[in-house]
Amino acid sequence: MKSPTLIGYSTIVHKEFTRIIRIWSQTLLPPVITTTLYFIVFGRFIGSQVAPIDGYSYMQYIVPGLIMMTIITSSYMNTVSTFYFAKWQHTIDEILVSPMPSWAVVAGFVTGGMIRAALTGVLVIIVALLFTHLAVFNILILFVAAFLTALLFALAGIVNAIYAKSFDAITIVPSFVLTPLTYLGGVFYSISLLPPLFRNISLANPILYMVNAFRYGFLGVSDVRLTTCFAVIGGFTILMLVWVLLLFRNGAGLKK
Amino acid sequence: MTPAIEIQDLKKVYPQSKGNKELPTEALKGVSLTIDQGEFFALLGPNGAGKTSLISILAGLGRKSSGTVSVHGVSTDVDPDKAKTFIGLVPQEFNFSIFEKVLDIVIAQAGYYGIRKADAMPYAEVLLKELGLWEKRNDQAQNLSGGMKRRLMIARALIHKPQVLLLDEPTAGVDVELRRSMWEFLKDLNEKGTTILLTTHYLEEAEQLCRRVAIINHGDIIEQGSVKELLTKLHITTVLLDTVEQLTEAVMQLLRGEPLEREDDHTLKLTLGPGGTMNEAFRKLSSVGVHVSNVRSMGSRLEEVFIQLIEKKDANA
Repeated sequence: MKSPTLIGYSTIVHKEFTRIIRIWSQTLLPPVITTTLYFIVFGRFIGSQVAPIDGYSYMQYIVPGLIMMTIITSSYMNTVSTFYFAKWQHTIDEILVSPMPSWAVVAGFVTGGMIRAALTGVLVIIVALLFTHLAVFNILILFVAAFLTALLFALAGIVNAIYAKSFDAITIVPSFVLTPLTYLGGVFYSISLLPPLFRNISLANPILYMVNAFRYGFLGVSDVRLTTCFAVIGGFTILMLVWVLLLFRNGAGLKK
Repeated sequence: MTPAIEIQDLKKVYPQSKGNKELPTEALKGVSLTIDQGEFFALLGPNGAGKTSLISILAGLGRKSSGTVSVHGVSTDVDPDKAKTFIGLVPQEFNFSIFEKVLDIVIAQAGYYGIRKADAMPYAEVLLKELGLWEKRNDQAQNLSGGMKRRLMIARALIHKPQVLLLDEPTAGVDVELRRSMWEFLKDLNEKGTTILLTTHYLEEAEQLCRRVAIINHGDIIEQGSVKELLTKLHITTVLLDTVEQLTEAVMQLLRGEPLEREDDHTLKLTLGPGGTMNEAFRKLSSVGVHVSNVRSMGSRLEEVFIQLIEKKDANA
């Protein structure tokens, strides 16, 4: 016998999953095409001219980062768009008038974001296998890094959507914050190749830790200590979770 | 018996928005209202009176500035989630996803209230059939007419069998025929025990459906009581007089100063205040050669009360 809260949660997840599949050309296809282009341009054309990094070919080295980039973008974009659209259309009121606890509502939307991240992540892995051989060094680390990162960015997407007052506001963070941080987060290079100043600046980028934790799961190599990686990911996730729950409790951006 | 809705000294202030030099808006200025279980209650007021703010706070969509609200004895401060279980809301604006199918919208709403799809389906069928939407159950909501969309919102609000139904201008923009059928549906629902709080611009609607009404203006309840009490209180009688002769401009000039208004070429509206009689009006009409063939009572007498109260309140302010 399912509890009422669990039924409410399942309803949101089901709606989110249906939406992701219904508009697959907007939700699943773009990251696959983008990543395929990265594989072709950076992996095949440029990568063939680059010396191996940490004993791996350039193509193999960038695959974990590209998968992580997809996970970050998909989880964030899913929650920010679906939640803001629900706010804009006032369909979020359907949920807010119900007795569902805030945490269950958040969990429903976050799960939706994580499902999209998982689906796009798997699709990108399939594409990557067409270009290179993929080894898995530690599946648990791989899974935990992907799970926590998807969770963190799904929560961040909700925060953005709650504060957003226009469609422009939901594109500012992905375009001007997320994309630069991702590109500079060690997806395409090892920070050990950078001069000390830029190496130290890179350490302030939280995405660096996510990419490296995930890369460790695949290749067993990382620019930073694994414990530091998970401390940073875990810390930011808890921070974001508390932020979202406080916003829901206060009704900021949701209730008049 | 515990009241269905109990509101005490409810205040709502919308803060000054950034970049806006206007002062904070006081939408509700200490509203107190008690609605008994099984009542059909109307909240009347002009635009911006505070009706929607009140409904939003009751439904959990708005934040109050101060005061207390209880639904079936459950304080919204103490246990807001439990208070929500008693309420079904039909908002003023359409707020469902237009890309979803009619049945899916209703079933999803049941899900948010913790009702499994299998359990919700039989009642969803009953509601959609009663509201004439069953044939459209697999259509996307965007393909429904305005009236159907409004009925869909009623079905959605009722799927969890709420004890209190809040309707915010439910018949706005709905044609007369559909409005009447919705009235019948709501009357029936009320007779079966559902408490209904309705906000409306249509005074006829309040007069037809509700035993008690409250009139709200500028965030204050300026009058409340039974429709009959309000009409008696202001001693207002409004009748329509059908005339044999055409009511030309010249005739109306001769009737200037009388409590008579021209409705159309052969109809006059006579409004009688306290102590007024029809004899004087008839005498005046005879003197200008106008004969009355029929006298009809007017439907929306409450409108006169409404206008008088609001004008009186505004004048005092």
